[in-house]
Amino acid sequence: MRKSARSQKVAFFFLLLATLLIVVPVGLIVVIIAVKGLPAINWQFLSDIPRQGMRAGGIFPAIIGTLYLVLGAIIFALPIGLLAAIYLSEYAKENLLNRMIKLSIVNLAGVPSVVYGLFGLALFVVFFKFGASILSGSLTLGIMILPIIITASREALESVPHTFRDVSFSLGASKWQTIRHIVLPNAIPGILTGTILGLGRAAGETAPILFTVAAFYLPQLPKSIFDQAMALPYHLYVISTQVPNMDEKVRYGTALVLLAMVLFMNLVAIVIRARFRKKKKW
Amino acid sequence: MRKFKEFIIEKLILISGLASIFFVILIFLFLLKEGLALFKFTTPFQFLSGKNWYPISEPPQLGILPLILGSLVVTIGAAVISIPIGVACAIYIAEVAPKRIKETLKSGMELLAAIPSVVLGFIGMVTLVPWVKSIFHLPTGLTALSGSIMLAFMAMPTIVSIAEDALYSVPKSYKEGALALGATEWQMIYRVMLPAASSGIVAAVMLGIGRVIGETMAVMMITGNSAVIPQSILVPVRTLTATIAAEMGEAVVGSEHYFALFAVGIVLFVLSFVINVGADMFLHREKTRI
Repeated sequence: MRKSARSQKVAFFFLLLATLLIVVPVGLIVVIIAVKGLPAINWQFLSDIPRQGMRAGGIFPAIIGTLYLVLGAIIFALPIGLLAAIYLSEYAKENLLNRMIKLSIVNLAGVPSVVYGLFGLALFVVFFKFGASILSGSLTLGIMILPIIITASREALESVPHTFRDVSFSLGASKWQTIRHIVLPNAIPGILTGTILGLGRAAGETAPILFTVAAFYLPQLPKSIFDQAMALPYHLYVISTQVPNMDEKVRYGTALVLLAMVLFMNLVAIVIRARFRKKKKW
Repeated sequence: MRKFKEFIIEKLILISGLASIFFVILIFLFLLKEGLALFKFTTPFQFLSGKNWYPISEPPQLGILPLILGSLVVTIGAAVISIPIGVACAIYIAEVAPKRIKETLKSGMELLAAIPSVVLGFIGMVTLVPWVKSIFHLPTGLTALSGSIMLAFMAMPTIVSIAEDALYSVPKSYKEGALALGATEWQMIYRVMLPAASSGIVAAVMLGIGRVIGETMAVMMITGNSAVIPQSILVPVRTLTATIAAEMGEAVVGSEHYFALFAVGIVLFVLSFVINVGADMFLHREKTRI
């Protein structure tokens, strides 16, 4: 018995060690970027266009470009994703088609981001002749985040108890009325969580926008959805690999803005989910 | 009128439900459309087994063996690091950690998964790369090893969260049975829980590896981008994904180079398809058995 107790201690020590090996570096990454990036952040950095070959000035066009892209992606992906989730949770039967849909969602989630970039280039930029533009990039990102939105919304819809639906039906409501007035309102926090996670993913991805939107250096704001735009993640890539003699501070500052944006969205999603779980009465 | 409105809405719902199938097929078709054009110039065998990737020489040499091996070296390295650590962390979160720490750790994993790969690439460039360079006394720290370490961190959240789910879904009665027979918690974990959750853990590992193979930005920034057949893990390599990302910007639409990059995309798509379907089968088996 003593021996097994000791081996348990040793085993648990290694399990803890492994956990620390993940948690500590992650904490360090966030802290390093925050500490080294904060001195670069000021009003000018956030609101000015890049100057002197991106070595000075600010990152305002990149922030705006990313906001446009994320907004475009969500306008495209949210309706389709939500309706698809409704289909899976309320209409689909356990059959081959349902299984195919689920498998496709898994696959969409697993396609490498650079392959989305290729696809966006072939379909939107070349075939539809949208050119490298906010429109092409948004649509590419939209398809990429579709599985995130579908999965989260479906879980939210399915967690609404069946008795709610039964009561609504027994009162004479139609299927769509039941979904619209009973199921959807109860699933909104979960849907919101999925949407925000999708936003965060779209904001941080670089590879899908490399050939579909991203402008290397464009010191002005895009005027329409057919314009190229700068974007934060691509900007960080460019200034850390293609621009020599760059002030480290600017790189860290850009990384910090991007990281803060993405982590903030994720924190909001986590908080919404946690509060919703607490409030849930069923 | 209401009937008609509902009819339209329900049709929209059905169409959206089918959208994911449609998009998967659309992605594959467009990759094929552009990628297969390459084989007017070369054969699939030459493409996959050619040892030279000189896309802009005249005539271009488009063999992706160095790129496949580059991806392989980086992926194996990342797997060796991330699988033991990731699975151990999943066991810790699922079975050992007190409840409050457990929730914090799970949120921490979500945050790690959320860090954009370009940010991890950047931080790898400024911290990890110089360390690798000085520890191994190398001319450059931009090596396959640096890529493996950074990619391990991108695979871990996937491995941890799915393996943790698998452990969590093992019925409580298994656990109680083992403990009632006098097993210690650790004996219960590795004799009962791990075998019971094994197919879920296999799926977790597969999806983690899928994430590594498909990862682009971080790997492009820290592996040194040299398209030669790697002789060790301490040399610069170039992966399939990084090749597309680095070269598509310069490739002329409709050129041999352009088609070749799409053909690389087909290889990646098929790889990720196989991995995801395989992992899904393992996950499915888990669910039907219990």
